[in-house]
Amino acid sequence: MKKVLSSILGLAIVLSVGTSLAGCGDTTSSGKVTLKVYNWGDYIGENVVKKFEDKYNIKVVYDTFADNEIMYAKLKSGGSDYDVAIPSDYMIKRMINEDMVNKIDFNNIPNYKYIDAKFKDLAYDPKNEYSVPYMWGTVGIIYNKTMVKEPVDSWNILWDKKYDKQIFMLDSQRDSIGITLKKLGYSLNTKNLDELEKAKEELIMQKDIVQAYVGDEVKDKMILGEAAMAVVWSGDAVFMKKENPDLEYSIPQEGSNLWFDSMVILKNTKHQKEAEMFINFMCETNIAFENTDYIGYSTPQTETKKMLSADLLKDKAAYPSDEQMKICEVFEDLSASIKDYDRIWTEITAK
Amino acid sequence: MVKKIIMKSYLGLVLLFMYLPIIVLIVFSFNESKSRGNWTGFTFKWYGELFKNSQIKEALYNTLLIALISALIAVVIGTFAAIGIHNMKKFRKTVVMNLTYLPVLNPDIVTGVSLMIMFVFIGTFINMKLGFFTMLLAHITFNIPYVILSVLPKLKQMNKHMYEAALDLGASSFYALRKVILPEIMPGIISGFLLAFTLSVDDFVISYFTTGSGVSNLSITIYSMARTGVKPTINALSTLMFAGVLLLLFIINIRSSKENKKRNQFNS
Amino acid sequence: MNKKWVSYPYLIWMVIFIVIPSFLILFYAFTTKDEQGIRFTLDNFYRFCNPIFISVLFKSLGLALLSTLVCLIVGYPIALILASKDYSKRAIFSMLFIIPMWMNFLLRTYAWLTLLEKHGIINSVLSFFHLPAINILYTNGAVVLGMVYNFIPFMILPIYTVLMKIDSKLVEAAQDLGGNGFTVFRRIILPLSVPGVMSGLTMVFMPAVTTFVISKLLGGGQYTLIGNLIERQFLTVYDWNFGSAISIVMMIFILISIGIMSKFDEDKGGGAALW
Repeated sequence: MKKVLSSILGLAIVLSVGTSLAGCGDTTSSGKVTLKVYNWGDYIGENVVKKFEDKYNIKVVYDTFADNEIMYAKLKSGGSDYDVAIPSDYMIKRMINEDMVNKIDFNNIPNYKYIDAKFKDLAYDPKNEYSVPYMWGTVGIIYNKTMVKEPVDSWNILWDKKYDKQIFMLDSQRDSIGITLKKLGYSLNTKNLDELEKAKEELIMQKDIVQAYVGDEVKDKMILGEAAMAVVWSGDAVFMKKENPDLEYSIPQEGSNLWFDSMVILKNTKHQKEAEMFINFMCETNIAFENTDYIGYSTPQTETKKMLSADLLKDKAAYPSDEQMKICEVFEDLSASIKDYDRIWTEITAK
Repeated sequence: MVKKIIMKSYLGLVLLFMYLPIIVLIVFSFNESKSRGNWTGFTFKWYGELFKNSQIKEALYNTLLIALISALIAVVIGTFAAIGIHNMKKFRKTVVMNLTYLPVLNPDIVTGVSLMIMFVFIGTFINMKLGFFTMLLAHITFNIPYVILSVLPKLKQMNKHMYEAALDLGASSFYALRKVILPEIMPGIISGFLLAFTLSVDDFVISYFTTGSGVSNLSITIYSMARTGVKPTINALSTLMFAGVLLLLFIINIRSSKENKKRNQFNS
Repeated sequence: MNKKWVSYPYLIWMVIFIVIPSFLILFYAFTTKDEQGIRFTLDNFYRFCNPIFISVLFKSLGLALLSTLVCLIVGYPIALILASKDYSKRAIFSMLFIIPMWMNFLLRTYAWLTLLEKHGIINSVLSFFHLPAINILYTNGAVVLGMVYNFIPFMILPIYTVLMKIDSKLVEAAQDLGGNGFTVFRRIILPLSVPGVMSGLTMVFMPAVTTFVISKLLGGGQYTLIGNLIERQFLTVYDWNFGSAISIVMMIFILISIGIMSKFDEDKGGGAALW
């Protein structure tokens, strides 16, 4: 027993010293450049990274993060050295304001021409200097047709006492407060305290009939029929509908949220050129198809869209109409007002 | 007799409670669909995917390595710490114990963020980047208090005079430590090691903030997948890990019962 | 053993990796950043003195206390049973209680969702036998269940390691003197196991106060706990000053609670500190 323990200990020490020594420097002895990419988990086609590495002879270090805020906290502290990241709209706005991203030289990204014009000049990057869209979607209501017999076209249905305990709301401040603001006719980026207080009252009123505020686990819950309706992201809705044909997705007429995950190049990168090569590679039609096919979310690429199945293109959850998109707002960075949102969220959830 | 049956049933009941989720996890590793609760058919495809996925394999390697090393180092430092603390006077002991509690009671985010800032700050003076080494240091830091808390009760339980008796009989203090104290507190040491290893394997927030680019552990990989849905590939991994540990236990059990038989043969 | 120097490596480690980062947190808690730069302030603490935040703190403390007690009640008998088994079987059985914890925490909790949901596995089995369905999810009961599930090995192991070495002669002597099973337990075994119990209580209660993922998944995000609140300050709001201040207030409460608990550990030097 002692022998086993001491040999494990010895092996472990040798391995650890070896590993930490090997992790130094970001240019391998063969002179290859190492590009560090930071993305959401499971958010890229299975072989895309390998294909990039083979095509350009660049080594890719690919790390994942769980959400925008935790990515921001890591990057802001100065402890990491990533080159490319793929955050969401409001986070990109914040990063631009805080000088955390570099401008992209679009001469190096010829494939940018494949991005649909609808997805350029967005509020968080109005002059298209810092980001290239990767995936996008909307927020809406997914409901079970067997449990909801009336048309679902307004956020008000989530407040209908008929569906007591059959409602899931999102456990996310901005999304839940945002849709409530939309329901009341306000902007989901408002900093107006009166409007926020009204939204707070609505949510507190609704709490009794809500089964729970849920996170990512909502997908399986709706598939299993745990509730009649839930607020979800469109990409997840597509998946859920496939698993349970009784489900349907709808964007209420008061409007909703339009979200984007876009690629940016981080400040202090030593490999601007290679980063741009990577972004350009991701915009290649076939590669973008691999990505959208694997992830299941909607692509902003025009040519790639042509490769998708007719059924998917007809699905309003995956590719809403222009009218539907017009009533949706993109999240802005709230900067200091986030404290108000948080206080309100605490007041709603503390009872 | 009744007492024995009650005892066995209670043990069985609690064990069932512990293993129900594990059984669910294992069953759904064979599920056709990505869903965690909607069974659509039997397949081995997730196991196939697991073997092709280098990111998960690397994360597993890092996780096990860090857990093993940090638990071992924590056990060494922590055991000696416990021995020292056990003999401290009241005031000093209180201060040290309260400081020891800090990694246990602080939310992971506080421990993770404060260590990260400290590492980044130190990194501006000496050439140290966030990475495997800093993650290891962080793991050791939150493991040591659990080792101390596991060993202290055994020290308390130990007869105070055994050590002195050994010295009186001519043992050097080191020999007395090795042959008298350590065997007495060994169950606490082992228990501390197991708890530290367990904490390390499962840690997400602290690991996330104290690691560097290119070094991920299993928890970081899994939590990052939560948004789009944790694939059954992870279930497959967990099932294999579980099977591996059970096998190990089984082998150790057989070997130790063989040793027992031999010992009994000699003794009879 | 009077060789205090054995603890010096740890003391050095403690200063570097616990004390210094704690000073960082203290620094954040007592300062704020504005146009004039960084200045000392007690504002962060005043902000916390809002009845909403205080109620969140007490709810978290209460839930943690309940979970800890349930852990103790469920876990102590297990430790007793394990300690009474013969030597070879003991180690295997005690390992059996730790191994489930090596499966990822998020996955384990998701599995509980699959088990406890309205259309989950337990209800499917119950309805197969025409028994009424249980609807425990999104109640305090589910949260306590989740907490107990995740923390029980931390209660069982320290108690078990102490119980296994209780001198059987003491037990025999008590029985010779006429004590029945319960008296022997109450007067001999229980008091001797206190150091293990103290460690178990400490290792469960402290993290239980700040755990929130379990309550988020099994209780629903509609109830904020203190761990939740702190994490939001550090990540969503990015107000590290306020987050640190809340942390420090919570730290003080927990240390006071442990200090009160340790009054029961009459023999100084067990697994707790005296305040």
